[in-house]
Amino acid sequence: MALPIFHPVDDPGPDFAGLLRRAGRPVLPNPASELSVPHATTVVALRFAEGVVMAGDRRATEGYSIAHRAMDKVFPADRWSAVAIAGAAGPAVEMVRLFQVQLEHYEKVEGLSLSLEGKANQLAQMVREHLPMAFQGLAVVPLFAGFDVRRGVGRIFTYDITGGHYEEADFQATGSGGRDARNTIKLGFREGLTRTEAIELAIEALFEAADEDAGTGGPDLVRGIYPLVAAVDADGFAPVGEEEVADRFLSLIERRRAQRGRDRGRGEPQ
Amino acid sequence: MSIPFYVAPEQAMRDRAEFAQKNIARGRPLIATTYEHGVLIVAENHSKTLHKISEIYDRIAFGGVGRYNEYEQLRVAGVRHADTKGFAFSREDVDARSLANLYAQYLNNVFTHEIKPLEVEILVAELGGDGGPDQLYHVDYQGTITDEEHFLVLGGDAETVSERFSESHQVGWDLGTALNAAVRALAAEEHTVGVENLEVAVLSRQNGRRTFRRIDDRDLAELLAPTPGTPASEPGPPDTGPGDPS
Repeated sequence: MALPIFHPVDDPGPDFAGLLRRAGRPVLPNPASELSVPHATTVVALRFAEGVVMAGDRRATEGYSIAHRAMDKVFPADRWSAVAIAGAAGPAVEMVRLFQVQLEHYEKVEGLSLSLEGKANQLAQMVREHLPMAFQGLAVVPLFAGFDVRRGVGRIFTYDITGGHYEEADFQATGSGGRDARNTIKLGFREGLTRTEAIELAIEALFEAADEDAGTGGPDLVRGIYPLVAAVDADGFAPVGEEEVADRFLSLIERRRAQRGRDRGRGEPQ
Repeated sequence: MSIPFYVAPEQAMRDRAEFAQKNIARGRPLIATTYEHGVLIVAENHSKTLHKISEIYDRIAFGGVGRYNEYEQLRVAGVRHADTKGFAFSREDVDARSLANLYAQYLNNVFTHEIKPLEVEILVAELGGDGGPDQLYHVDYQGTITDEEHFLVLGGDAETVSERFSESHQVGWDLGTALNAAVRALAAEEHTVGVENLEVAVLSRQNGRRTFRRIDDRDLAELLAPTPGTPASEPGPPDTGPGDPS
């Protein structure tokens, strides 16, 4: 590999994807025909008083079979933001990898971090460039959330396959189970949730989505695989420990079971 | 058409070298040394925004002395090289040796082919992984590359500073001691170096994935404060760089 030195007039600046193109490397893959690839998901993001919580299930499906049981769909984008993916797994993971390097690349070349808005726009450009592949059935729909260091608040951005991006006021969920997750959050959301309450609500939303959607995996008690949950606040990105997530799922299941028991008791003839 | 005067190649090379040396010698020196938890880099820099020391990759730092715009171009090229390589292969495959070699090739090319050699000297520092030694590479204006395991001084007056520094140098010293020794070595009899004129950064094994960290003036003043008996602690947890979930 040669030392990438450019003339000032055609310097790619801190644009990492532009640099890759200049080096003649493919930025994101571009298949020729429709393929069967792993996809389907539920990922959620919601605001709490000091930041945002993001969570995603672990299942990837290929047609009617399960391709992966322990896929990661929630990633740190940089220290202050997280990105979650729904859609075709391969291109989605590759897009996240490019996005992560782009944010770090910008920070190193320019000596400053991008603003949260700037990061959201950057991701939108990547989704837009991916549009031809979305037409071939390989759509990637990310969810982006982070802590805006300049404003001191958590913010959430959603995307459509054309690269359109919209800021959400409080919460959002995407993927095949997104609707069920969104409804669950809608019922439980209020302004000024604590971190713990937000994590609890995200977990409940994923549980409900897995209950209704075949493409979304619930907690796998046999193998000990639980959805990924992470929080971003003033201290930066922090994954919620696997044990804490497991405990919360188990107590949620316990509550549901007890509820069901009570309902049955009430329904029986006296 | 006029015929240019004949200049013997030896003379031409000597002139170029002299030109580069003279201009580099005017700048302030930079010291890099290994310490207990990694590599410490200290430079005298009167600017707060035009850095001499920067991050290249997870375990690699860059230091430049001489003409700012020239080493800045090399720094950006280094970040690009490292990020492209890490993206194409894996983060572990990015190493300082190959980058230092590329710098050496480029500097040598410019030295022999261009009208003017680059008036810079470059440091490429790498934090050793898995118990491997830390590496300090020094590339000069004509592409001569040397490596050191313990300390390196580049820039103006490097020999005298290096002599002063080697007197107090110890292998595996702590951050405070190393920093104080480096600042003492940078200062001469009639020349004092204040906190506001220092640029200091470390590659520390305690910093997670991205090991590079600048030490700000407040921490610096604390580390340099003469408090015998209580060794100053390492500056707090990472304050930039992405969280590493693994």
